[in-house]
Amino acid sequence: MDDAPLLEIKDLHVHFHVYGGILRVLDGVSFVVHRGEKVGLVGETGCGKTTTMKATLRVLPMPPARIPGGQILFQGQDLLKMRDDRLRRVRGRGISMIFQDPTAALNPVFTIGQQIRAVVRHSTEKRLSRSQIHDRMIQPIREVALPDPERMLGSYPIQLSGGMRQRVCIAMALVADPKLLIADEPGTSLDVTIQDQILRLLGRLVEEKDLSVILITHTLGIVRQLTDRVYVMYAGTMVEVAGTEELFRNPLHPYTHGLMEAVPRLTGGGVSDGIPGRIPNYLHPPPGCRFHPRCPHVMDVCRQEKPGFYRVSGDHEVACFLYRDKERSA
Amino acid sequence: MGFVTFIGRRIFQSIFVLLGLSILIFIIARIMPGDPARVAMGARAPDWVVENLREQMHLNDPLPVQYGYWLRDALQGDFGISLFTRRNVADDVREFLPASLELVFTSGIIAGVVGISLGAISARYKDTWIDGVLRMFSYFGVVTPAFVFAILFLLLFGLALQWLPPIGRLSDGIPKPPVITGMITVDALLAGQFATFWDAFKHLLMPALALSMGALAQEARITRSSMADNLSKDYIAAERALGIPERVIMSRFLLKPSLIPTISVFALDFAAGLSNAFLVELIFNWPGLSRYGMNAMLRKDLNAISAVILILGITFTIANIVVDLVVGALDPRIRLSAERSE
Ligand SMILES: Nc1ncnc2c1ncn2[C@@H]1O[C@H](COP(=O)(O)OP(=O)(O)O)[C@@H](O)[C@H]1O
Ligand code: SF4
Ligand SMILES: [Mg+2]
Repeated sequence: MDDAPLLEIKDLHVHFHVYGGILRVLDGVSFVVHRGEKVGLVGETGCGKTTTMKATLRVLPMPPARIPGGQILFQGQDLLKMRDDRLRRVRGRGISMIFQDPTAALNPVFTIGQQIRAVVRHSTEKRLSRSQIHDRMIQPIREVALPDPERMLGSYPIQLSGGMRQRVCIAMALVADPKLLIADEPGTSLDVTIQDQILRLLGRLVEEKDLSVILITHTLGIVRQLTDRVYVMYAGTMVEVAGTEELFRNPLHPYTHGLMEAVPRLTGGGVSDGIPGRIPNYLHPPPGCRFHPRCPHVMDVCRQEKPGFYRVSGDHEVACFLYRDKERSA
Repeated sequence: MGFVTFIGRRIFQSIFVLLGLSILIFIIARIMPGDPARVAMGARAPDWVVENLREQMHLNDPLPVQYGYWLRDALQGDFGISLFTRRNVADDVREFLPASLELVFTSGIIAGVVGISLGAISARYKDTWIDGVLRMFSYFGVVTPAFVFAILFLLLFGLALQWLPPIGRLSDGIPKPPVITGMITVDALLAGQFATFWDAFKHLLMPALALSMGALAQEARITRSSMADNLSKDYIAAERALGIPERVIMSRFLLKPSLIPTISVFALDFAAGLSNAFLVELIFNWPGLSRYGMNAMLRKDLNAISAVILILGITFTIANIVVDLVVGALDPRIRLSAERSE
């Protein structure tokens, strides 16, 4: 494996300027994906997972979003500083994204064919012949096992089931053969059996194509099957990162403990089952450690200072003052 | 197939709306103070002459019977004699309606093309000075009545700069084209008389522009706000994230869904233009139906009033059907749900 990371997010800040003030959502997020790596990103709803990934591709709606600080290095180049036309060639080809809600992610007034065709046409600088375009449209549809591709192309999103829409979104993300695929809670909006099919499909495609992956989810169980390494996010900050097995064997951050306890419950989503309280208000986030109002181990220092990342073992790091003295040099 | 039935049903419903409107017109015409027969014959006509006319006009019959006669005539395009022009109302309409339609069509095209473009530019440069200037402009456009623009343009382009002819439809000495549609620009083109077309077009431009300003500003505002709304939708983020260029997203994937509310308002603005045109027609001495209708109201010319109101009603009805058609064509959600409800 090449040593330079494929994607490296450094100290990313994202604010939303809304009526009533500034939502300081991302507060110094750092994140690394190596070539060929499958990375999980977990955290309860509203903690900023989607925002981090949209910021990475620079597709946050601006306004209201602003990125007051940070770097997003993809293959060594800062996407935040990149010129628009070069960034466009990274999108889809370098990094591609499957959005959280397939219904919202498909344009309601264009057919699936019209939407995929546009992606195919702009996936290369070469001029494609009609038959080449057609082939490149049909192939990803076949790959995601959608029935009757020709009819699929003529359909509008409203004519498809939720599971089919999700497959269409996956197909579109694969058109340009990306190096890194971001999958934002794939299948979450669907019922459990279909979600299962979608995840299995995704796992198979990732293996076949040898993609690097960021898999976002708020349930840890899914991460365990599909990823090598996991980041845990809380209220716009990274709180823990470790190899997947290590994290499950030896969770350190108090928030991760809470997440683990919430996992076995079949109700899904509700992490608050494990930890009392909820995600703080981003208008006035708590000073110091953003988790301190909910933390059972809170200390004085937690209310005043923001914890740094402490490396506890090889690739296990945690942002919590409890581990300040346990730090080891790697 | 389902969509055709959907439109068919809308047309069928419209017939009832128009029937209702005709009853309303009839009732208003009959309860207006004054005896139509007396008004028609003048104050000095002897009573027996007036009584004869009353009988002839079925004014002595019960109201429902009177309505029956009235409707029968109206359906044949016979609205009786205009008390003012002393001609068949139908002939008046035939003469004045095309001039108004020419004006309203042209202003509709201006409002649509310019309004949507300005709105799109505004959304593209949202919250920059460009957007600020355009929003200010459209704000003025919406609150300023058409006649103010008419006077402004007349003074500026007609009198001060003398770019455009100030009044009328055609300059003296320019031959009129043979009447086919009654719209001089169209007739001139059909007859191949390009000099006439150009002259008529210059006459048309100022009143059409004045009449279009309100709708134009409204179009710009609606287009801007619906584009700005849709700009933060996930499908736009997804299209960007997949490498589709910004210009394609703006001009295609954002424009189409954003035009749906714009189009709905557009068709209704268009129909409203016909009734709002009267001051513009007055100022530019444009021999249109709107001015005719206003004169008829001032003079209590009942037959003419009935005809004009009915024409306005039909225009609104057609505009509504066109809205349904266009919105259905743009939005598969509406089209498909119409088909499904068959
Ligand atoms: N367009 C937006 N305007 C204002 N606030 C936003 C916007 N998008 C996201 N947020 C806020 O950012 C926070 C994080 O949201 P998100 O990234 O979607 O979380 P997650 O994906 O982890 O569920 C939420 O509190 C949400 O309200
Ligand atoms: S830093 Fe303090 S408040 Fe934050 S998680 Fe650790 S112990 Fe709890
Ligand atoms: Mg999300």
